[in-house]
Amino acid sequence: MKTNDVILQTGTKVVFFIIFLFSIHIFFAGHFAPGGGFVGGLLTTAAIVLLLLAFDLKTVQKALPFNFMIVVAIGLLLALGTAAGSIIFNVPFFTHAFGDFYLPLFGESALHTAMIFDAGVYLVVVGSTITMIQTIGGDS
Amino acid sequence: MTVIANTLIVFTILTGLIFTVVTVIGVLRFPDVYTRAHAASKSATLGVIGILLGTFFHFWLNEGLFSIKLLLGILFLFITAPIGGHLLSRAAYLSGVKPTKHTVGDDLAEVVKQSKRD
Repeated sequence: MKTNDVILQTGTKVVFFIIFLFSIHIFFAGHFAPGGGFVGGLLTTAAIVLLLLAFDLKTVQKALPFNFMIVVAIGLLLALGTAAGSIIFNVPFFTHAFGDFYLPLFGESALHTAMIFDAGVYLVVVGSTITMIQTIGGDS
Repeated sequence: MTVIANTLIVFTILTGLIFTVVTVIGVLRFPDVYTRAHAASKSATLGVIGILLGTFFHFWLNEGLFSIKLLLGILFLFITAPIGGHLLSRAAYLSGVKPTKHTVGDDLAEVVKQSKRD
C-alpha cells in the first residue's frame, strides 16, 4: 500500500540543515573545545542517514552524487599528505606547523595543519559509514 | 538582579522537571499506545525544553556565556519530538494495534482501507 510521508519529509528538509551545520561547527571547534573530525563526520553521516530514511536510496544518490569510496581515498590521501609534508622540511614525521594569519572575513585567526589532518579523518569517517549503510540497505 | 535570575532559573527547571514526571506517570497509567504516545511526545518535549531553557538562563545570567547550542537544541527538539511521536503512532496504527475500547471514532480506518484497495 502507498503511504503518505509528507510530515517526515518536510521535517527532514528543515532538520537536515540544522544537523549538518552543527556537524561543521563540531568539526571546526575540535581544537579548543570537545569535537573534531570523528564526531563531526559521524554527525554528517547521521544527517545523510536521516535523508536516506525519509527519501529512498536513488533520490539521495542523485542529490549527493559522490562515490563514497573515493571520498575515503581522498580523506586518507589528505591525512597522509599532511603527515608526509614534514619530510620536505626535514623535521620528524607528523610534525605540524601553525601560525596566526589575517583572513579577509574572519580577522585574526590561528591556522594549524592539524586541521587538514582532521579534514582527512572527517572524509574517511563520512565515506566509510555511508558506504556501509548504502551497501547494507541496497539489496533489499 | 541575582535573585531575579536565580528565581527564573529555578522556575524554568522546576517546570521542566514537573512536566517530565507527569510524562512518566502518563506513560505508566494510560491504557493504549496512542494515549501513551500523546503523553510521551507532548509533555516530555515541554519538560526537556524547560530544563534546557533553565540551563541556558543559568549560563547566560550567572556565567556570562550566551550559548547558541542550547537554543539550537531547543529548536531541534521542538521540531523533531512531535514528528517522532507522529511516526511512532502511525507505525503502530498501520501494523494493526487496536486503540482502547473507550475510543468513539476512527476516521483513519476509512482512508487506510481506501488506500489498501488502490
